[in-house]
Amino acid sequence: MPSRISPLHISAYTATSAVGVGKEAHADALAHSRSGLRANDFGDAPLPTWIGRVDGLEDVRLPESAMSWDCRNNRLAWLGLQADGFLEAVAAARDKYGATRIALVLGTSTASIGETELAYTQLDADGNFPMDQRRPAVHTPHSLAMFVQQVLGIDGPSETISTACSSSAKVFASAERLIRLGLADAAVVGGADTLCGSVLFGFNALELVSTEPCRPFDAARKGISLGEAAGFALVERVQPGDTATPLLLGYGEASDAHHMSTPHPEGLGAERALDDALARAGLAPEAIDYINMHGTASQKNDEVEGALVARRFPAHTHASSTKGFMGHTLGAAGIVEAVVCLLAIERGLMPGTVNTRTLDEGFGPQLKLEPVTGEVRYALSNSFGFGGNNCALVFGKAVNA
Amino acid sequence: MNAPTPPTLYIEGPAFWTPTLPGWDAARAAFRGEGALSDPPAKRPSPQVLAPAERRRAPDTVALALEVAAAAIAGADRPAADVPCVFTSAHGDLSINDYMCSTLAGDPKMLSPTKFHNSVHNAAVGYWTIGTGCMAASNAVSAYEHSFASGLLEAAVQCAANQEPVLLVGYDTPTVGALTSVTDSRGLLAVAMVIAPVRTGRSVAALQWSLAPHGAAGDDAAATYTSLRSEAAKSLVAINPMAQALGLFESLAHVEGGDEPPLHLQLSPTLSLRLQLRPPPKD
Repeated sequence: MPSRISPLHISAYTATSAVGVGKEAHADALAHSRSGLRANDFGDAPLPTWIGRVDGLEDVRLPESAMSWDCRNNRLAWLGLQADGFLEAVAAARDKYGATRIALVLGTSTASIGETELAYTQLDADGNFPMDQRRPAVHTPHSLAMFVQQVLGIDGPSETISTACSSSAKVFASAERLIRLGLADAAVVGGADTLCGSVLFGFNALELVSTEPCRPFDAARKGISLGEAAGFALVERVQPGDTATPLLLGYGEASDAHHMSTPHPEGLGAERALDDALARAGLAPEAIDYINMHGTASQKNDEVEGALVARRFPAHTHASSTKGFMGHTLGAAGIVEAVVCLLAIERGLMPGTVNTRTLDEGFGPQLKLEPVTGEVRYALSNSFGFGGNNCALVFGKAVNA
Repeated sequence: MNAPTPPTLYIEGPAFWTPTLPGWDAARAAFRGEGALSDPPAKRPSPQVLAPAERRRAPDTVALALEVAAAAIAGADRPAADVPCVFTSAHGDLSINDYMCSTLAGDPKMLSPTKFHNSVHNAAVGYWTIGTGCMAASNAVSAYEHSFASGLLEAAVQCAANQEPVLLVGYDTPTVGALTSVTDSRGLLAVAMVIAPVRTGRSVAALQWSLAPHGAAGDDAAATYTSLRSEAAKSLVAINPMAQALGLFESLAHVEGGDEPPLHLQLSPTLSLRLQLRPPPKD
């Protein structure tokens, strides 16, 4: 078991998804169980499925100095960075610590692959990219982080984590280690993933997409709804005498060692990530008030995760999946669901599970369909990705004495 | 920049694979000027970690990465199932990207489900954990031309923070199809090592590392490449982005002779990872 870690202060955070831009839009949708999913209208020949699409990305313009980074994913990142005073918070941290002392760790699964897909529809007579698409740094997984580092003006270590749907959860772990070792004083973490042909037709090929809005943990669940989102958080050391909140208290990372695209049948990798996250936070399962489950509405993932929560948590823990609100935002799911946990802690709001009507009998009393208000001292977020990659995060209101 | 100096770490099981230097013994000899390039070049490796059917179907990225991962774990004489792993690649699997984008531009409903799940950047590390039964943390990192340095930093930080050995694997493969008009990656190159917090009988070098501003004397990427000593290493400079590791592996080939000159691996336009190898201390 890993040892306790010193908590980190999350001094700013924000998310942008199909339910809207920023914290208020998310808190309002979660409080009123308002889903942002719509019938698929993405691309020329849309598959019959439902998606979580962010409105207006087609009209977002990057800053003039960053126009060479233009693509749907970087536009979504730029829209997301402007919400909730996040740019100003990073600027203040830059003044306080210096640009080289702020690390950037971003998670993405698709990065700018949508732009590469577009270039393949525009090839010239020789089969080459058109001139305006010969932007090597855009057609690579690190595109998002290079763009964000430039627009934020920060110069510390910068890396992209790309472990499929756990990507932007694991960023908190990497950032904590950099700060603990003194290699950075603060870190911008988060991620962005956009709808594109690769994921829509890819998950369709795996027969994992639903023809209706996704229904996590429903007895009649029929698969996932894909979405797009961006989210960011600024993490720093807790200063002596500081009563800052919310806090990152723990994380756990583990592998299933089982299969590329189906979870370990007993959830052993997920449970190992959970145990490590609780150990780093110094908490027992009973302390967790709210769990944001990975809850994709796929048959297997929900079965395995539902059983894990049922066997490890008391009946009073409030657990829900927010995939019915914004869809499964893939590499951005970890940061968006971290933001849901942070909102739960700040506002005492535990969301329900929208679209779900009848819970599968195999699951425990923790799973809730309706939102509830009440104090959330500790919240857990689960993220699982292809390749059997698992991450669990624990956030809290106060330092656990 | 006043970053503290992190703790010294130890390198075990260096592993190297490219068609002209297929294995660390061949690469080490060539980097010391004592061996020649393989002629004809070797065929793609056949990773024994995978079951025979999976071995044949494995994409080049997976075959390449698992070959050096297994060699590093064997050299370190550690149980693969217990060692957390960090895999780094600038581009991931370019041939699968080409397949995906071509198919989407033609007939998107024909997309292969297996190609899709192999298209994730963490496919290679996923197959490694499945093949070895490793349930420890696994990570997949990318940082464009700075991917080796960023992966090394991620692995070193994890090793130092958690005081546990970490497997580092770096790999890139050639561009194919229309991507060749935008992405310059020309051949197969993979490197690996285990980074450990304490010296063992398998330690081949002590690694001192720290962050340094980029632009200090002699630390740009060009200087890193011009400081390469061997014709063998110089012949690989343009192969693909993992060539960023060549200076460090040349240092590993020479380190038993004494302290090596410092290396600066660029992490970004403004920041470098400063590395220095020394012989591991004797008892």
